Amino acid sequence: MSTLFLAADLISVFVRSIFIDNMIFAYFLGMCSYLAVSKNVKTALGLGVAVIFVMVITVPLNWLLLNKVLKEGSLAWISPSLAKIDLSFLAFIMFIATIASMTQLVEMLVEKLSPELYGALGIFLPLIAVNCSILGGSLFMQERDYEFAEATVFGLGSGVGWMIAIVAIAAIRMRLRYSDVPAPLKGLGITFILTGLMGIAFMSFLGITL
Amino acid sequence: MSEVLVQPPAEKKPLLGKKERKLLTDPLSDNNPVTIQVLGICSSLAVTTQMKPTMVMAISVTAVVALSNWVISLMRNAIPSRIRIIVQLTVVSVLVILVDQMLKAYMYDVSKQLSVFVGLIITNCIVMGRLEAYAMGNKPYPSLLDGLGNGFGYGVVILTVAFFRELFGSGKVFGFKVIPDAIYEAGYVNNGLMMIPAGALFVVACYIWIQRSFAKHLEEKE
Repeated sequence: MSTLFLAADLISVFVRSIFIDNMIFAYFLGMCSYLAVSKNVKTALGLGVAVIFVMVITVPLNWLLLNKVLKEGSLAWISPSLAKIDLSFLAFIMFIATIASMTQLVEMLVEKLSPELYGALGIFLPLIAVNCSILGGSLFMQERDYEFAEATVFGLGSGVGWMIAIVAIAAIRMRLRYSDVPAPLKGLGITFILTGLMGIAFMSFLGITL
Repeated sequence: MSEVLVQPPAEKKPLLGKKERKLLTDPLSDNNPVTIQVLGICSSLAVTTQMKPTMVMAISVTAVVALSNWVISLMRNAIPSRIRIIVQLTVVSVLVILVDQMLKAYMYDVSKQLSVFVGLIITNCIVMGRLEAYAMGNKPYPSLLDGLGNGFGYGVVILTVAFFRELFGSGKVFGFKVIPDAIYEAGYVNNGLMMIPAGALFVVACYIWIQRSFAKHLEEKE
């Protein structure tokens, strides 16, 4: 019974993070690369996959870091005398260090194991270290006090949501080449408006409860 | 914050010569980090529903950009280029931790309202963008000014967005009611669109539209 409950909880976190708390449409995270790399669908898809990849690794890793090292009382597993230490002010620097080193590691691993995938993702992987949605994922995980399993699923869902957003906008921008946009609005301006409209569309998921 | 710490350069140049002034004013319009360079949109739009947190955000970002530009520029000849991103991220995150702790100590409610977005200054593309594009190749003093200028450029855009969002979204400016009750009684309703995330995007799009209509050379040729 309780596993059923847990599964339902995880599905709810997953769906929420994709559709309702979408990184792009609800929090504008990762907008820089979203705007810069959304000119064609193929590269957008590559970046999206890379983001999911790194997100699924870093969010649980940062969860472990936060709950086993940084939080007040979390060092008690080493020795009870350390139980009073609160290092949570170091969270930012530890999170970003994890993310930067993980992207580096992932980049090297992918290069070694699958040169084809590296060819497709290669240029995007270093960019990901400074993608706001990755750090945002870890910070939301901290703010919302997820459990370990929830944190992992949240990482996956946020990454998938981000990928859906960037692939969709890339597809729209490719069609947009043939339309007559007012000159001052071309490029950046119209992309903002489109993102806004897509955000409104995504708001229709708000009513769904699981 | 602690920009006052910086001493003017030793040579007998004016503190703000023509070149220096250009560094400060260019990012306000022609080379604006948000609307022209397309940087730093990530963490900025979500905080712009009200003026007060936006103001705090603008000041924090300006402080972080200016100081990190200055620090990295001081260290620029000692940083091996292979690991420069990690060095930059470390410097930036230390500064952001300082800002975050200060906000938590002195402005707790605003810090709660900004939630994760203070931490996200670390990955704000303006910071990294300026470090890469300017601080790594220029002297400390101009880098500091460049950081300040870009911080102000960012501040101008997000404050403008916040002004319209707060005015039309809740009839207030800086938390003070500016739209009189009489108008509400006459049937005026606050615009709910301004309060949702999408509203911010429309306001920025209009800002870009207006800016580019006046400055034709900024239009994109796609």
